[in-house]
Amino acid sequence: MSKNETGYTKKNLPDKIAKIGGILFAVGLLLGIAGFLADTYRASFAYLVSFIFFLSITIGSLFLVALEYAAGADWSTPFRRISEFFAASLPLLIIFVIPLFFNTGNLFRWSHADYINSDQMLQAKSAYLNTPFFVVRVIGILLLWLVFYYVITKNSRKQDSTGDQTLTKKNIRLSVIFIPLFAITVTLTAVDWVMSLESRWFSTMFGVYLFSGIVWVALAVLTYTAIKLRENGYLHSAIKEDHYYSLGTLLFAFTAFWGYIAFSQYMLIWYGNLPEETFWFMQRWSGGWKIISILLIVTHFIVPFFSLLSYEAKTNIKRLKFISLWVIAIHFLDVYWLIMPSMTRNDHAYTFSWIDFVYPLIFIGLLMVVFSKMAQKYNLVPIGDPKLQRGLNFHL
Amino acid sequence: MDKGKKLHSVAALFNKPDEIIDAAKKTNAAGYKKYDVNTPYPVHGMDSAMGMGQSKVGFVTLFFGLFGATFIFLFMWWSTASSYSIVVGGKPFLSTPAFIPITFETTVLFAAISTVVGMIAVFFKLPANSHPIHDTDYMKAVSGDKYGLVIEAEDEKFNKAEVTEFLKGLGAYKVENIYYPEFEKFRLFEPKFLLFLVVIAVGTCGMTYVTLNKLMYVTPFGWMEFQSKLTAQEGSDMWANGEGMRPPVEGTVARDDMPYPFMGQPTPPEVLSNPTLPTKKLLKLGQKKFLTFCSPCHGNLADGNSRLRGQFPAGPTLHSAKIINYPDGKIYHIITNGQNAMPSYSRQTTNKERWAIVDYIRVLQRAQNAKESDLQAINKESVSNVQK
Repeated sequence: MSKNETGYTKKNLPDKIAKIGGILFAVGLLLGIAGFLADTYRASFAYLVSFIFFLSITIGSLFLVALEYAAGADWSTPFRRISEFFAASLPLLIIFVIPLFFNTGNLFRWSHADYINSDQMLQAKSAYLNTPFFVVRVIGILLLWLVFYYVITKNSRKQDSTGDQTLTKKNIRLSVIFIPLFAITVTLTAVDWVMSLESRWFSTMFGVYLFSGIVWVALAVLTYTAIKLRENGYLHSAIKEDHYYSLGTLLFAFTAFWGYIAFSQYMLIWYGNLPEETFWFMQRWSGGWKIISILLIVTHFIVPFFSLLSYEAKTNIKRLKFISLWVIAIHFLDVYWLIMPSMTRNDHAYTFSWIDFVYPLIFIGLLMVVFSKMAQKYNLVPIGDPKLQRGLNFHL
Repeated sequence: MDKGKKLHSVAALFNKPDEIIDAAKKTNAAGYKKYDVNTPYPVHGMDSAMGMGQSKVGFVTLFFGLFGATFIFLFMWWSTASSYSIVVGGKPFLSTPAFIPITFETTVLFAAISTVVGMIAVFFKLPANSHPIHDTDYMKAVSGDKYGLVIEAEDEKFNKAEVTEFLKGLGAYKVENIYYPEFEKFRLFEPKFLLFLVVIAVGTCGMTYVTLNKLMYVTPFGWMEFQSKLTAQEGSDMWANGEGMRPPVEGTVARDDMPYPFMGQPTPPEVLSNPTLPTKKLLKLGQKKFLTFCSPCHGNLADGNSRLRGQFPAGPTLHSAKIINYPDGKIYHIITNGQNAMPSYSRQTTNKERWAIVDYIRVLQRAQNAKESDLQAINKESVSNVQK
């Protein structure tokens, strides 16, 4: 309980967050192992969905931190720690990617030599899509993210005690380097993990598509946590409506951005009408997937767009909180819709299974545990940041 | 100073943004309603300091945005799917994905233009093209590095001396009065000026026409008549056989026109059944097509009275017992496939039109071989018509 000149008082988060997180994690882990034993093929796909969902939140949060530094934004400085703490789960990706490496045979048809030999297109792609290069790529990308995470957040935390302004300058420089690298690595991640599930399919917009979802969900997680913490007095008391309005505006902007990208990708493939591209959408427009596709348009774009359209909606805390939770759930649906149809590939009818929904528990639990541990160790507001006071005084 | 002019407002100038925020708050608290703040850049927090609510211009944007979307979507539906439907790229007439980009653009266009026009109309009070505070020293100062506040004379609480004192009390470094400018007469619609415009317009058009058409022989723009294209039946060196017109690709099928399954078989194993109902509309269609394609050889009444006078083998009468006893599908087969000297008419007619011809032939046959009951029915009808 230390007080300083910014007026922020550190309050420790209640233990129950870590406890609930721990329970969710343990239950998820047990059920997850049971899932792998029951149906390894299905479990590897279901696990991949949750892995991408988890990756979206962590790397998206790091991107938001970098974005704030690079853009010189000060309104979001009081919230920056929240994104940093969510990005703190990034190192765990290295551990949680291991089960996927053991199941590449289930996930990717390009990892089977006999399948590649029967297909000229895959032979042409095999210089890129082969297991050794895939593993190297994935590990390389994760390590690159880790390096930036460690350096940027270390500088940010050091500032709490020293108040050294040159650290901000350093972080701006790092962020400007990180953002283009992030663009490339996110595209590669989208191509490697999601697009190559249908090894014959390709869409040049796919990286941007996943990027729009990643930033969207990271913003929603940030908005929800910020409101929840502020309501219970863990954040700075000077945070007010104008800050929430700005968060809501960004969330709204990325809702529109996702709609724009998702539609552009669809329209180009629809217009071109080439069988090697359309089959991907045909899969998602057949049987029950059609309902989920329509549901995705409504829940991913129409509902958040119109709920966040007006000024009143963006400053309405209750609605903002609800929409944030909604966005988190719908991003999961989006990733599910991207990955799961590749499991059955129209061979037989798709049915839901309990296995699909146990893996998110692991990762949600993990995020809660890591967040509360970080919040105990460090300040929830970057008190040494020279931009903080301007951020707190922020007016529309 | 400036005696006799009508007072618009009293204006105060401040040096710092904090002062203007404070001044706006105090003016609002003092109960003045008609006042405004002018600053060289948007000062954050001014809306709440002035006690302003949310701008209503957003509703104009919303309404016209939705209007633009609806309007252009309906227009595209009407023009490409309803009024003059043309197949584009093998897509359905009403292909929503192709319409969405234009719907989006038009939504943005309508929303943006209506917002700007709405804002100008409301705040600048169109059609006024000027405001009393324009072209004053006050305006020059707030366009540079000063912050200004005006209290208008129309305010209910307005009292010149009181307001001047009040503004000085807020810490203004300068307080001045702003008057309505003298009314300017527009010299735009004087007859001489209008005549001048007409002379210029006529002169420019006439000189352009004479120079281009009579002196230089250059058409003012590319006439569509002179484009590089092939007209029907024209030859072309581009193709090996020298024909300009290309046949459709093998296996091409017209929309809504199923290929005939017994094409090229003189005696098909079975025939189709007639899918049509002989409605008046269909028989009219059949009559039109019969008179166009069939009557030259078979005669207007299908009695074999050819108009071609021996230049082509005369077609047989269609009133023979053999043809009357043909099933509909057999006649349809002959029209579609051709028989003996008669060529196939599948290119000239659609399958619906051929069935209509079959139905019309049945009408002609019945008319030529009318039964007693038919005559009675016709008489009855004509009598009832007379009585009416």
